[in-house]
Amino acid sequence: MAHVAIADEGQELHHPKSWVTAYIWSQDHKVIAIQYGITAISVGLVALVLSGLMRLQLGFPDTFSFLAPYEYYQYVTMHGMIMVIYLLTALFLGGFGNYLIPLMLGARDMVFPFLNMLSFWVYLLSVIVLMASFFVPSGPTGAGWTLYPPQAILEGTPGAGAGILLMLVSLAIFIVAFTMGGLNYVVTVLQARTRGMTLMRMPLSVWAIFVATILGLLAFPALFVSAIMMTLDLQIGTSFFMPAILSMGENLEYEGGSPVLFQHLFWFFGHPEVYIVALPAFGLVSDVLSTHARKSIFGYRMMVWAILAIGGISFIVWAHHMYVSGMNPYFGFFFATTTLIIAIPTAIKVYNWVLTLWRGNIHLTVPMLFAIGFIFTFIHGGLTGLFLGNVSVDVPLSDTYFVIGHFHMVMGVSPVLVLFAAIYHWFPKITGRMFHNALGVWHFWITFLGTYAIYLPMHYLGFLGVPRRYYAYGTTDLIPESAHTMNAGITVAAFIVGTAQILFFINVFWSLRKGKKADPNPWRATTLEWQTPQTPPAHGNWGPELPVVYRWAYEYSTPGSAEDFIPQTDPVDETHPSSGE
Amino acid sequence: MNTGESVEMPGGMQGVVSDWSADKEAFKVPWGKAMMWIFLVSDTFIFASFLTGYMTVRMSTTVPWPNPSEVFALTIAGHHIPLILIAIMTFVLITSSGTMAMAVNYGYRGDRKKVVILMLLTALLGASFVGMQAFEWTKLIVEEGVRPWGNPMGAAQFGSTFFMITGFHGLHVSAGVIYLSVVAFKVWRGDYEKKGNYEIVEITGLYWHFVDLVWVFIFAFFYLW
Ligand code: HEM
Ligand SMILES: [Cu+2]
Repeated sequence: MAHVAIADEGQELHHPKSWVTAYIWSQDHKVIAIQYGITAISVGLVALVLSGLMRLQLGFPDTFSFLAPYEYYQYVTMHGMIMVIYLLTALFLGGFGNYLIPLMLGARDMVFPFLNMLSFWVYLLSVIVLMASFFVPSGPTGAGWTLYPPQAILEGTPGAGAGILLMLVSLAIFIVAFTMGGLNYVVTVLQARTRGMTLMRMPLSVWAIFVATILGLLAFPALFVSAIMMTLDLQIGTSFFMPAILSMGENLEYEGGSPVLFQHLFWFFGHPEVYIVALPAFGLVSDVLSTHARKSIFGYRMMVWAILAIGGISFIVWAHHMYVSGMNPYFGFFFATTTLIIAIPTAIKVYNWVLTLWRGNIHLTVPMLFAIGFIFTFIHGGLTGLFLGNVSVDVPLSDTYFVIGHFHMVMGVSPVLVLFAAIYHWFPKITGRMFHNALGVWHFWITFLGTYAIYLPMHYLGFLGVPRRYYAYGTTDLIPESAHTMNAGITVAAFIVGTAQILFFINVFWSLRKGKKADPNPWRATTLEWQTPQTPPAHGNWGPELPVVYRWAYEYSTPGSAEDFIPQTDPVDETHPSSGE
Repeated sequence: MNTGESVEMPGGMQGVVSDWSADKEAFKVPWGKAMMWIFLVSDTFIFASFLTGYMTVRMSTTVPWPNPSEVFALTIAGHHIPLILIAIMTFVLITSSGTMAMAVNYGYRGDRKKVVILMLLTALLGASFVGMQAFEWTKLIVEEGVRPWGNPMGAAQFGSTFFMITGFHGLHVSAGVIYLSVVAFKVWRGDYEKKGNYEIVEITGLYWHFVDLVWVFIFAFFYLW
């Protein structure tokens, strides 16, 4: 078989000449990954603080007066949008995608390092534009993270004018940034794997990030177009999304547009977006579970096909977010069916994780704790998703706290737990230091138990009919006194969880300076990133020769082998048998 | 070197899969070309969203839609000819695809001079397309009174979708003209002689053909419907 020495193809590595080109205008995927990571986590903290303020208001409406009603709307919106797009999407793809893809595939860098660098700087610009909306006179938009028109651009909505404009512009810039990075990830996976790295030998992390990026490249266009159309409605006075409407006692100039069109475009993006953050989490958690259970991942091929199936089906379920917008019952039937079908490959993945743990030699390290925590929260959030996928169940529950509980479990907490698992797992490789174990364990338990304390009661509130996006509930027959008590309890839990994140930051900063020097392969893992000549890997990742891959990524506890793991770079022979493929 | 892959290749569907997933480039093309392909797929989704949006508002609006063949008619030497300008614009753009294809062809043969001339010709045709579009816009705005937010002939969405979609496409063409000129200049300067291949010309060509293809759809959906 003729072989193209792919990973070396005509790539001229850009060699940094000064501190600035090495750490600021860097084209090294590892530095870019860290830049993405730091930026994403910083805005994520803003979103966390906003949620704390909202919780104070909800839990103790009569005690605290940090927020005016209009500010509550602004904070809900910014919290939701930052968490979903600027934190999770950016950190999984820009952060972990950038760091892991070239290392796990045995490449020296992404295929187009310069474009990769631009991707980060454009992302940073989008974050700056978004943050700028806190400082304009109108304040940030209060339209809700879904930005539904007509209300999103009407005078009466907080942040009308500059706030919503900055939001739309920032989203468009973000999409440009994502596209530049995303093209790189996809082409690197397709074209720049090292010798022996067949597609079916790639770690699931790479598979999942690869498919998630493709979803992004196909889903973000819909958001991009809706952002353009809404900007035109807002600034020029077109009527794409705006029907004839009376606002604040005045007849507006709009006429004949379709608000539901926006909802379709938004959710055509929005549902795949759920998987853009969930799939990378699935992939990373698979690798963490397998490594720390010293067992090969159960059903590797099935896992790959499930990722592909989920990716495909995720494009035909979007209208399950629109059951209450009114639709033809046959459409409702169609979208409910596809929604339940997508649960099948998802459930397969969950079974495979559990079966990977089954009779494994489980090491309860900090990354493993977070990974197992993820299985719990994900099953939990996935099950409530089955409820909401059915039209007749969704209609009464829609826009209540049941939905808030559901999506925070499934796409809020679960991916965040995986992010922590991944950060702890790869921390030794990225920084060359070990983290502080006890601090990590405390961080896990408080976060994990705390999220249940926060979100489980929300499901009950939802059954009572407590609506979401409300500033205060006052006294109504609908909401019993016990619900108010419960809200206070949730707020206390949220504060404990929020504060506990300080443990994480203390851990990171302490370990960076004082942590034990890390072994090149502290978890005794098989994948390529642990086999680099230096830790942290140097510019160009590998020595003069690229690594060669002889086996799949999950050679743990192979019968007949002396060690309980065999790196992908070890040739197959009597003492190093192969179990995989 | 034996990397554990079986040397024998299975046949049929299985063969296709294992060939495609083998430890080599998934597509036998340069990285830049693969990236352009994927970018164009993504861009297709952008135009598809625009056109879907256009069709939806055309159906949701409560006011009659102006008749495109009336609006886009020119009176030349006393004759009222519907869609004439658009026909010329479409012809120009399709011709430019032809000259682009020829440039790529001469690129394979390494005929530097012809490549540069044909690329510049393509860029020129593209620029004249944008010029005619500017003329069309001016006529619509000045003579017919069409604005993005309304027009005397009927549904306001007529103007909004028209300016938005043709504008976005026009931006693509303008970007293409710049891209073509830059690449032509670099070919002329001899930047690709060292490498000994003109793959960049081919990549530029992909983009250019795509922009033309999109125009065919816009033409069909907007002017002929
Ligand atoms: C300690 C962690 C968190 C807390 C305490 C929290 C709290 C809240 C609160 C109080 C709301 C507003 C509910 C309402 O009034 O409707 C909310 C909304 C939301 N949150 Fe979180 N959240 C947290 C983490 C996250 C994460 C990690 C995500 C990532 C997906 C997320 C995504 C959202 C979204 C999308 C909304 C809806 C915004 C809207 O209605 O427009 N949250 N959250
Ligand atoms: Cu969905």
